[in-house]
Amino acid sequence: MSAPNKSFDPVEVSTLSQENIDENVANAIAAIAGANSLDELKEVRLAHTGDRSPLALANREIGALPPAAKAEAGKRIGQARGKVNQCLEVRTLELEVLRDQLLLIEETVDVTMAAATVAQGARHPLTTIQEQISDVFLALGYELAEGPEIEAEWFNFDALNIAPDHPARTMQDTFFAGNEDSGIVLRTHTSPVQIRSMLKRELPIYVVCPGRVFRTDELDATHSPVFHQVEALVIDRGITLADLKGTLDHFAQSMFGEGIVTRLRPSYFPFTEPSAEVDLQCFVCRGASIDNPEAACRTCRSEGWIEWGGCGMVNPKVLVACGIDPDEYTGFAFGMGLERTLMFRHGITDMRDMVEGDIRFTRAFGLGV
Amino acid sequence: MKAPVSWLRDFVVIPADATGRDVAELLLKVGFEVEGVDSVGDVQGPLVVGRVISIEELPDLKKPIRWCQVEVGAAHGNADTPGIRGIVCGARNFAEGDLVVVALPGTTLPGDFTIATRKTYGQISDGMICSAREIGLGDEHDGIIILPADSATPGDDAFPILGLGDQVLDIAVTPDRGYALSIRGLARELSIALGVEMTDPGQVLAELPAAAGEALACASDDTQACDLFVLQTLTGFDPKAPTPDFIKSRLAAVGVRSISLAVDVTNYVMFELGQPLHAFDADKISGTVRARRAVAGEKLETLDHVTRELVPDDLVIADDSGALSLAGTMGGLASEITDATTRIAIESAHFDPVVVARMSRRHKLSSESSRRFERGVDRMLAPIAAARVAELLISFGGAEFAGSAGVETAPAKSVIEFDPALPSRIAGHTYSQDLVKEILIAVGCTVTESAGAWAVTPPSWRPDLIVPIDLVEEIVRIDGFDNVPTRLPVAPKGRGLTQKQRLQRRAGLHLAGRGLVEVRNYPFVGVSELDALELAQDDVRRNALRLANSLSDEQPLMRTTLLPGLLTAVTRNISRGSTDVALYEIASVSLLRVGQSANGGTNPPRPEVNGRPNDSLLSELEALLPDQPLHFAAVLTGATSPAGWWGSAANYSWRDAITAVLNLGLELGVVIDVEAGVLAPWHPGRCASLSVNGVVIGHAGELSPRVLENLGLPKRAVALEIHLDVVLANAQSVASAPTVNTFPVAKEDIALIVADAVAAKDVLATIKDAAGELLEDVRLFDVYQGAQIGEGNKSLAFAMRFRASDRTLSSQEVAEAREGAIAAAQKLHGATLRG
Repeated sequence: MSAPNKSFDPVEVSTLSQENIDENVANAIAAIAGANSLDELKEVRLAHTGDRSPLALANREIGALPPAAKAEAGKRIGQARGKVNQCLEVRTLELEVLRDQLLLIEETVDVTMAAATVAQGARHPLTTIQEQISDVFLALGYELAEGPEIEAEWFNFDALNIAPDHPARTMQDTFFAGNEDSGIVLRTHTSPVQIRSMLKRELPIYVVCPGRVFRTDELDATHSPVFHQVEALVIDRGITLADLKGTLDHFAQSMFGEGIVTRLRPSYFPFTEPSAEVDLQCFVCRGASIDNPEAACRTCRSEGWIEWGGCGMVNPKVLVACGIDPDEYTGFAFGMGLERTLMFRHGITDMRDMVEGDIRFTRAFGLGV
Repeated sequence: MKAPVSWLRDFVVIPADATGRDVAELLLKVGFEVEGVDSVGDVQGPLVVGRVISIEELPDLKKPIRWCQVEVGAAHGNADTPGIRGIVCGARNFAEGDLVVVALPGTTLPGDFTIATRKTYGQISDGMICSAREIGLGDEHDGIIILPADSATPGDDAFPILGLGDQVLDIAVTPDRGYALSIRGLARELSIALGVEMTDPGQVLAELPAAAGEALACASDDTQACDLFVLQTLTGFDPKAPTPDFIKSRLAAVGVRSISLAVDVTNYVMFELGQPLHAFDADKISGTVRARRAVAGEKLETLDHVTRELVPDDLVIADDSGALSLAGTMGGLASEITDATTRIAIESAHFDPVVVARMSRRHKLSSESSRRFERGVDRMLAPIAAARVAELLISFGGAEFAGSAGVETAPAKSVIEFDPALPSRIAGHTYSQDLVKEILIAVGCTVTESAGAWAVTPPSWRPDLIVPIDLVEEIVRIDGFDNVPTRLPVAPKGRGLTQKQRLQRRAGLHLAGRGLVEVRNYPFVGVSELDALELAQDDVRRNALRLANSLSDEQPLMRTTLLPGLLTAVTRNISRGSTDVALYEIASVSLLRVGQSANGGTNPPRPEVNGRPNDSLLSELEALLPDQPLHFAAVLTGATSPAGWWGSAANYSWRDAITAVLNLGLELGVVIDVEAGVLAPWHPGRCASLSVNGVVIGHAGELSPRVLENLGLPKRAVALEIHLDVVLANAQSVASAPTVNTFPVAKEDIALIVADAVAAKDVLATIKDAAGELLEDVRLFDVYQGAQIGEGNKSLAFAMRFRASDRTLSSQEVAEAREGAIAAAQKLHGATLRG
């Protein structure tokens, strides 16, 4: 509001007086400090720096002043406006920070509601243990050999020194595909892959062969007519039983931990000689449970050893059947049941869990054992 | 093979304090796995011999009960009646004066049943008179045990008399070691483990009285199959003579039931020596007893009351009237020993292992005898075992020795030329020549040393020792595997997994990573499962290989498709409460080759094993097998992502089945084409036929409502099955890197109205084609059907992305490309741009 200006004396223009300007500035600063949100601040900004604000109105009076007074009055108003704007800027920043903080608080959720609810895929532990075992041998330079599950009897038996009337043919209860004299069977072991490897590959041979095999056992907690084995075969010059033992120990350590060893007991398989059963040192108690009822071990039934598989030096007759000179080359082979390995390694108590395909079982293994 | 320790002690000195466990450890050392050690009769405490002095029948009871006074020896009586105990007993098969077995108070019988003095039927019963079953000596509960008169004195410890407390080992004998199916053979192994000499009962010929009668004659018509045949004839045998207790208890310990003296003795000698024997009723035999091949059409009723049709490959023991028994396998019913038999013929022969094995397999008849012949019997045993049987029947059955007949074809002498350094070479461990020789002699070989190779003659009981490596096994076995050092052989540089193996792993990881759960089903399938899939009668998936001996009549076939197993597994999961189930399987199926029958062929090639078969023989072997391609199949049902506080559920639909395959193709770098297809078990309107390079690789989509109903599966369940082999074979071997374009992208959406029958895929292809190389990507993002666009039409909305590799596109360039695409769609598909 402009006052009459009769004498053109700035002193008379009260709105431009230092007192008046100081009061306006003080009012503005108080209002800025009192604004508690950006919206309130917007109103304060309009009231104290807008076109109709006291300082703006006072500024208009300058034009009517005598030239000598204009400069001082302009400086006075300019400083006052600068002070108010600076306060506004500071307060704006303060309120913006506050607004951002409040927003984050408002947007807070209960993060514990999140759970793995989407259907989670998994691979069968029999698949992944085959891969894990294969990798142990691939790292040694072996290759992964495969063969058909429906197999010629000749590969499954004859070439492995299991003659047509050999008791071993009844020992392994065989599924005959087609007529009983069709010459084809569901392979009873992965050993025919040994024969295929020896017939096809160049010497020396270092192969690992995991796979599905079949015997006419009814399904129960510890048997299945369809199960899996892994087998390794080495044919080279100068291969000895010592090589077999060293390889088994390396395999055992890779699967069950540092320092775990294997033990051999004499046995019989037509395709190896000498032949032996492979026992695995118990990886849970490491033998501490033997004769120690207070530290009983469920994994090895406190025997300290777990029956794991069979092995031996490749029978010269098998080498001959594959056209390999047994005077020049020797070899070893060993094989293990994978269901059995999974059972004692992972505490699976019932064979049927690995057969039935219940997703609750398989999901527990995820993408790898 | 079960072996009582006491029986082993007859032939080898075992330390007196050795337990069954100790003996088991010794056998384990030389390679015999002992699966169990049992004690005969789990009895503890005062079990003594008693003599029944008096019997008083107690009156007025529901069943007859006796009150007996039993003399139990001065040390075992009680204060009131020194040396005598009063015992109440319900059995009735004993008389005053009989020797019985008494469990005195404090004795614990099997089942943890402790005898105590107690009042019963008005009397104080001060012990128990025992039956065989009550002390764990078999199943006989007909009455209490009566010991032979004067065989013991009242008060004697009954344990040794009954063989109680003896330990019986259950030994796993591998099929190469026939000799170990006998006490004799096991005693030998034990003697080796102990380092002591054994007394070999297999080398002691019993002295028989002079022949005093007419002996039956014997012959072998096939000296290959039966090279040794001994026939003893005994007369005057008392068919009622009981089997002595030591034979009974030993037979019980090895798991054989006592039948009659004659039969028990042949079994006893078989278990002791390893020679199977057979006793005939000689009065039922006419003429010469001969080993001969059966005649076609000949029949024989064996002891198990099965009438068997014989074939010319069978070997029989026959007389003038026909076949009497299946040689070395099972006796015939007509000539069996009965309770009236007084003249006995004992057959002790040596049969060819293969002949017996074939017969046993052909007639599905495995006996204690056939098991031994199949695994090889000591050829020298026949006369020794026959004499031993005669000796026992003479002494326990009152028989007289009438005479003996025998025929023999001398065997070829087998000598192994043996390099004594071979064991060291095979084992990677040095065995001294002295040690090698020592072990060979211990197992029974004769060794003639010379500068080069040794001449080693295996003993008669080791027909399994034929070639040098057999002797190496003996050296390693007896010296012990533990002495062999360990060494890790260095393999040549390997090439890692093959491309196919790598891709198969990757496929599995991809599928599981997308939420599918792997199953590994049995490969067996039944016709009813194929019917449930609504397969046409001429569907190739019905041409399945049939098993000759399937476990179940319901599933006699080998699967041609993975779907039945997957569907069963889905059903099982749902029945167990899971609702959202996505299962996959990667496995081989078997498909018959052209012209191959479900029953396979006959007369397959059987290459010799004395050298590598030639390639044509190997191809013939391969040709026997069905094709076994690798398949990938999946069944999906329920929610792919369930409903919850985050939103609503997304359910598996036909689209997921198809994209599962397409995405796998994307992962493996294989372009898979989709077309509408029709094939059971899919919904004919929701089935995609999938192909690679124009070759159909499989199908995917929704299962037909009928199939879902057949299987009781939820509506809208979807499935897929493809030939994974083809996909893997077409996979990109080396992924090529794209050029990442950094110029800005221009986006344009168009909605085209086309007739319902126009396939989205075709419109998409047209757009791609027409929009030119500026088009970076295009995808169908919306489909609309409704009145606005007219009946029988659909609106397909495509999102297009344009980009040039060398400049920022002008709006005019983008508009031209867009118009080009629209114009082409109009021309080729009658599409109109939706406003």
